[in-house]
Amino acid sequence: MDRRIDQPGITVDDVTVVRGGHTALSDVTFSVGPATLMGIVGPNGAGKSTLLEAIVGLLPLSKGSVTLHGSAIDKGGVAYVPQRDRINWSFPATVHDVVMMGRCCNLGWFRQPGKRDREMVCECLKRVNMWDRRNSQITQLSGGERQRVFIGRALAQEASVILLDEAFSGVDVGAQEGIIEVLQTLRDEGRVVVLVTHDLTNLAQRFDEILCVNHHICAQGPPEVAFTPEVVMELYGSHGIEFAANHYGPNVSGQ
Amino acid sequence: MDHIFEPFQYSFMVRALIVSVLVGVMCPILGAYVITRGRSFMGDALAHSVLPAMVVAFMLGISPFFAAVPAGILIAVLMGGVSRRTGISEDTSIGIIFAGMFALGLVMLSTGTNINVDIEDLLLGQVLGVSRTDVYVSLGLTALVLAGLYAFHRQLVYTTFDVVGAAVVGIKTRFIEYVLLALLALVIVIGIQAAGIVLVMAMLITPAAAAYLLAKRFVGVMALGAVIGAASAVTGLYLSYYVDLPSGPAMALVATGVFAVAAVGKRRFATR
Repeated sequence: MDRRIDQPGITVDDVTVVRGGHTALSDVTFSVGPATLMGIVGPNGAGKSTLLEAIVGLLPLSKGSVTLHGSAIDKGGVAYVPQRDRINWSFPATVHDVVMMGRCCNLGWFRQPGKRDREMVCECLKRVNMWDRRNSQITQLSGGERQRVFIGRALAQEASVILLDEAFSGVDVGAQEGIIEVLQTLRDEGRVVVLVTHDLTNLAQRFDEILCVNHHICAQGPPEVAFTPEVVMELYGSHGIEFAANHYGPNVSGQ
Repeated sequence: MDHIFEPFQYSFMVRALIVSVLVGVMCPILGAYVITRGRSFMGDALAHSVLPAMVVAFMLGISPFFAAVPAGILIAVLMGGVSRRTGISEDTSIGIIFAGMFALGLVMLSTGTNINVDIEDLLLGQVLGVSRTDVYVSLGLTALVLAGLYAFHRQLVYTTFDVVGAAVVGIKTRFIEYVLLALLALVIVIGIQAAGIVLVMAMLITPAAAAYLLAKRFVGVMALGAVIGAASAVTGLYLSYYVDLPSGPAMALVATGVFAVAAVGKRRFATR
């Protein structure tokens, strides 16, 4: 079946976020079109997670606005996968239970999930290759499997925008590939998929666009365009230049 | 068989049985949230903090429920608010209110006149002394708590597992937190009758913790916890009747025993 749907993009306009008395993000302006897989990169403490939290409305904006296809962010339309240390892993839930949470926001008080909700959850579990493990406890899964479950929950929510914070922390390289493949299929259906990662790994090549953040926007564009020597130097210093030259070619090092 | 049914020829034992089962079922259902959210200290503190309100009720000669229920909800909200407004850690602000309110209650008990209540019963529970009104109010509050839990089940579960994700999908997480605290306050007030202020904690967390060791899903923890809690409460009631123990310690000891069996059983099963 054709799953492609008309999806909007995100527009972040002149956003400033002040956190604990200091400016975490300053005058951030960028937009992501539909059907885009974007990676947000930058050093630790650069405001990457703050940017995601500002987009989803978890943090108040000191200035600026965030819009989804021209209108204010609709709660159900955006799915957010938090950093793993913000999840309560002592909560006893199966893979199926977590994906079913994606249907939660579509139900009113006293209403319990119906046939359509259950069918939707089954389909989402299959799409993220977690159907066989649907009855496993979430704590028994590997890092990569847990991320796939959260992506399944985002799908069950029927979100047009999926934001993942540090999706690759605690995930081995092989599993990272699996996650990227799932995210690419979601991108191909027209969704906006934005992923924060603090590592400048070779996975950056798999993104359509890179947003380089260091309290402000340093660069935006395809990885080979965004990673100029100046940008990589600002983000990661001289070690970054060496690393980027090995992964993105000698033009990054300026040689 | 006679030993099983004999106690219930007395109407006070029938009332005690009804309240014991309600306490045994309701405490672990809320306790499932308490243990998975790491809010055990909050539960203990809430139980101790309603003491002044209960003393006031005794002074006025009214059922302790009418004072303890609003006081419990108010204190629960206050505990969350003090932490947010002063910037001190939540467990510290809970500790301050807990100790202060409990101390106030003890002072009121020692200086108050016209208080016709045994302090030991209040602190350790005496389910054999519950009145007909207590039974009706307990049934009413139980229905209210169950309705609240059912209405907010999905939101409560989502916020317990992933509070950030819940906020993003539009769940009012702070409101849900207060709903949970209010329901917790109601259940604690029901539980105090049987287990007392000091030991209601045992009914709240111990059966739920035993169930947590054995069940894979949250609803399973609630259901199994309710079974363990009810069994512990009723067994404690028999011990209270036949061995003349205060009901709270009897129920708490049975629940602790069940937890120990579950913990040892799980270890043995897991290492096999």
